[in-house]
Amino acid sequence: MKIDNQTIDRIAHLARLEVSDADKPALLKDMNNILSFMEKLNELDTTGVEPLIYLTDEINVYREDAVKQEITVPEALSNAPEQDGKYFRVAKVIEKS
Amino acid sequence: MKDYQRLSEVRDDIQSGALNLDDLVNHYLQRIKAEAHLNAFIEVFAEEARAAAAPIQQKLLNGTAGKLAGMVIGIKDIICYKGHGIAVGSKILENYKSIYSATVVERLLAEDAIIIGRLNCDEFAMGGSNENSYFGPVKNYADNTKVPGGSSGGSAVAVQAGLCLASLGTDTGGSVRQPAAFCGVVGVKPTYGRVSRHGVVAYASSFDQVGPIANSVEDAALILEVIAGADEFDSTVSSQAVPAYSEKLKFEGKKRIAYLPEVLESAGLDPEVKAMTENAIERLRADGHTVEPISFPYLEYVVPTYYILTMAESSSNLARYDGVHYGYRSPNATDLESTYKKSRSEGFGAEVKRRIMLGTFVLSAGYYDAYYAKAQKVRNIIRSKTEEILKDHDFILLPTTPTPAFGLGEKISDPLTMYLADIFTVQASLAGIPAISIPAGNNSAGLPLGLQFITKRFGETELLAFSKYYLELFASQPVVSY
Repeated sequence: MKIDNQTIDRIAHLARLEVSDADKPALLKDMNNILSFMEKLNELDTTGVEPLIYLTDEINVYREDAVKQEITVPEALSNAPEQDGKYFRVAKVIEKS
Repeated sequence: MKDYQRLSEVRDDIQSGALNLDDLVNHYLQRIKAEAHLNAFIEVFAEEARAAAAPIQQKLLNGTAGKLAGMVIGIKDIICYKGHGIAVGSKILENYKSIYSATVVERLLAEDAIIIGRLNCDEFAMGGSNENSYFGPVKNYADNTKVPGGSSGGSAVAVQAGLCLASLGTDTGGSVRQPAAFCGVVGVKPTYGRVSRHGVVAYASSFDQVGPIANSVEDAALILEVIAGADEFDSTVSSQAVPAYSEKLKFEGKKRIAYLPEVLESAGLDPEVKAMTENAIERLRADGHTVEPISFPYLEYVVPTYYILTMAESSSNLARYDGVHYGYRSPNATDLESTYKKSRSEGFGAEVKRRIMLGTFVLSAGYYDAYYAKAQKVRNIIRSKTEEILKDHDFILLPTTPTPAFGLGEKISDPLTMYLADIFTVQASLAGIPAISIPAGNNSAGLPLGLQFITKRFGETELLAFSKYYLELFASQPVVSY
């Protein structure tokens, strides 16, 4: 299938990305090329084949539930672009009515 | 300073008094400076590396040193080391400092390795040429106009150019093996679940594995035995005991080896790479092994399957970069949604955004079954067929890459051409099985070529021993020019 500019906008919103109008033609071309390439898989009959999801044999790996202080609040906030010592700060979400 | 190729040589010279570990660290620091144009290191931990040398030297002389004492090692810029920067080759994490160490780092340090710095890579490990790094491309030491491969390009070049003795890379679809091949060094991708991913920045979680890059199978085996094994921070790691790979490198007997005729007939295969592979087949036959063609009719499907799955997984994994909790925040944002959108759009590079877009698409309502679920089913077919071949054969032999290192800038404008360069490495990644790339001589232009062996899950012991044997067999015979 071929995707169009509208699909690009919809997918970009889902992925929380912005695609500028200048970048759109090249991205559209690349994505369509890559998607056509991926459609090669339609040549294979996968009727009755289970999807392979887990690559490990480990099932329900448990450990003791011990209380540990591994990361402190200052450490957790240390890489934040904006914080107030207790919380991550973001632009105002709820406006006063 | 002697050009050390193996940890055992370093250890012998320290024991005999011929070498000070301090001098060795300084030697590597000088080499890093002298070869700075290769752009292999993003950051060098010079002071720490120097400070670590004397105590470890003392431990060595006292006989109390760990398994990796004397090893100066670099880590790919995707592996967390507490208190140190890690950017994963991205602007979005440019100023990030790790608040904990990866399990693999803890294990290296516990065995007295000296970590000398972090190594350049493609942004979020997405790429096969190291040209997608925010910190600029890495150059191949054999020819500065060629790429080193990727995504662990810095890790391979650092070993190739003698900037450290060994390194850690990560391999999702060939990111350890392909640069190892392009740079003429040894690179191992372990079985999925052999090594902990805790503290390793996630790209595609059902594929990612940390693997060693070294000049010798012996050192790669030793590093793998140190970093492998169960970890309470990663429940996908196998609880199977880790063999002492480095002590089990003696190979005996005759093996049954499969090669895939589809590989030798594949359209993009470079004639010299083909000759190298045919030569390997002949040498092994001449030494008494059974080497036979076994058809693998899914070769054309491995790359599309791989990219659907890894793009889907990466779009999900990279959702965490939101401009809020850590990393880059756009100064142009005005509200929460634009904080997300602008921070991500300005922070990620073009290839990462392309993969997030495609991954989001193949997971989106209406397309999930046609792309993502379909690829999961094909992955099952590819794994079953590969495992079937390995029921009757000890190894599958194939070249690591279809061509030698290509030119800087040669493929970067066409993502699909770049993806196709992964054709021989993604089979083992899809199947979750171990694989190794070993140096197989140079082509007529002096560029290294890599030979790959693949084996059964958790078959690393045999894989490493056989690879060491093969390198000795190869070295014992006259050099062939391809």
